[in-house]
Amino acid sequence: MTVIEARGLRKAFGSTIAVDGIDLRVEEGRILGLIGPNGAGKTTALNAILGLTPYEGELNVLGRDPWSEREQLMRDVCFIADVAVLPRWIRVSQAVEYVAGVHPRFDRAKAKGFLGKTNIRSASKVRELSKGMVAQLHLALVMAIDAKLLVLDEPTLGLDILYRKQFYDSLLNDYFDRSRTIVVTTHEVEEVQDVLTDLMFINRGRIVLNCSMEEFESRYAELMVHPEQVAAARALKPIHERQALGRSILLFDRADRQQLAALGDVRRPSIADLFVAVMGNPAGEAQGVAR
Amino acid sequence: MNTHSSAMPDSAGTPRVAPAKMSATRPLYWSVRRELWENRSIYIAPLAAAGVYLFGYSISLLCMPRRMRAMAASHSEDPLVMLAMPYSHAAMLLLVIAFIVGVFYSLDALYGERRDRSILFWKSLPVSDLTTVLSKASIPLVVLPLVTFGVTVATELIALLLSIAAHVRSYAGASAPSTASLLFQMQVVLLYTLIVLALWHAPLYGWLLLISGWARRATFLWAVLPLLVISVFERIAFHTWHFRSLLKDRFWGFAEAAFALRMPGGEAIDPHFIPVAQLTPGKFLSTPGLWIGLAVAAAFLVAAVRLRRYREPI
Repeated sequence: MTVIEARGLRKAFGSTIAVDGIDLRVEEGRILGLIGPNGAGKTTALNAILGLTPYEGELNVLGRDPWSEREQLMRDVCFIADVAVLPRWIRVSQAVEYVAGVHPRFDRAKAKGFLGKTNIRSASKVRELSKGMVAQLHLALVMAIDAKLLVLDEPTLGLDILYRKQFYDSLLNDYFDRSRTIVVTTHEVEEVQDVLTDLMFINRGRIVLNCSMEEFESRYAELMVHPEQVAAARALKPIHERQALGRSILLFDRADRQQLAALGDVRRPSIADLFVAVMGNPAGEAQGVAR
Repeated sequence: MNTHSSAMPDSAGTPRVAPAKMSATRPLYWSVRRELWENRSIYIAPLAAAGVYLFGYSISLLCMPRRMRAMAASHSEDPLVMLAMPYSHAAMLLLVIAFIVGVFYSLDALYGERRDRSILFWKSLPVSDLTTVLSKASIPLVVLPLVTFGVTVATELIALLLSIAAHVRSYAGASAPSTASLLFQMQVVLLYTLIVLALWHAPLYGWLLLISGWARRATFLWAVLPLLVISVFERIAFHTWHFRSLLKDRFWGFAEAAFALRMPGGEAIDPHFIPVAQLTPGKFLSTPGLWIGLAVAAAFLVAAVRLRRYREPI
């Protein structure tokens, strides 16, 4: 089943084009990572998918038009738009009660189960919780909803590494199954590399790369080249070259691995390295990604 | 994937639970409760005012004998009015409090959620913008009047008990039972007044909600200044005050429409004690201003719903 289908999705704010004609197709059971520099149009694209903003072009989410059918759509779609959108005045118990009150697919016992594994007390107000705990609370609420599509926009921004790790662990272990679909944007690409099934790079409102992780693994190879072989390696047309610890590291797209192995050490590139290479920019512009 | 299933029986992978049946009004009910959680001033402010009033009233009871002598000397006041006065003071105080709370609530209702970005959380749930705006409009139009009525009745009963306890019997031979019947009449008038005020002031609250959904900052200024500018402009340009009298009518016009302000004998009614016979619901309901006002309020709310659909966090 196709969960999200977009054709020529476009959104402009005045003369600024945030999303410039995106074609997108996300099937059920995938975990898609949407990676791009700040201002690339990720959040705008997600907002269109969530029915938060009007758009041009065709967009279909779970068979519905998000802009005109947001309310119905939200029964099957959950999202965490940012780390800190839970209202600060609300008590944990009130948040659970409210979601249980308005959401037909919310399982209160499940939410309490998730919260029981954390240090969050149900009498606390959100303003009394640490940032990491707020993210845990939001995730517990969202995971207790039996949704078909979960959209996460920078869900772990500003959290320390323990919370980030835990966030994705519980998402995979306690929530994800093959009938759910997750779309996530993040700058912490290293941490989601093993979580994703699909990868999409977006820059200046356009998709610059769209592949499954299997494809990613088979297409791209990174070669730490022996110093004396640099010229030979360069002849194979790497898509990117960088220096680390005095050695050249070359990134290849669809190169013969046997050939590469003769020239140095071949390994799997990280998403961040590929991102820098694909964006073709000096480190400055891709700073949001490569950490 | 499901290594945690034993600990979490409902974990992913088990068959989906059928979604709970949900009536159309349930999101509205929970949205109103949500407003009460967030804005506790809706009931705390009236309760606090009632407490202050009762405290002041008990002190005045202690000084009562002296005042009674002064009263007997003057004889100018209608005894019913004298009897009703302390209770009507409580009611008026609480009406004013409800208005103030309603105004500030409405100005913040659709602004606060954008400012603290929580609108993104509310919009992630299957609650329509219409339901949200209606739940917010229901606070000044339904919830606050109900709270005011309940708190006023309770306050007046406590005041009555206090006066009995202080052995203050009567001015014109009125016993406690006749005070109780007077109080009952006053409750009828209060309920009527609350309904009249809510209906008459609906466009005011609608305007405030609209501004709170539109302004990016300084909601109070945006709500008030344009009205001021329009009336001053009209005065300068056309030397008239039509807009100002329109506003004035929107604040106070209910009195003339909903009450017979002259007693059958011709004298003006005392706002401290309005006999039930002076209520004119028929006249009120046939006042065009009421229906025009309600139509304007509806238009403001429709605009607020549209705005909420488009607006993003500030």
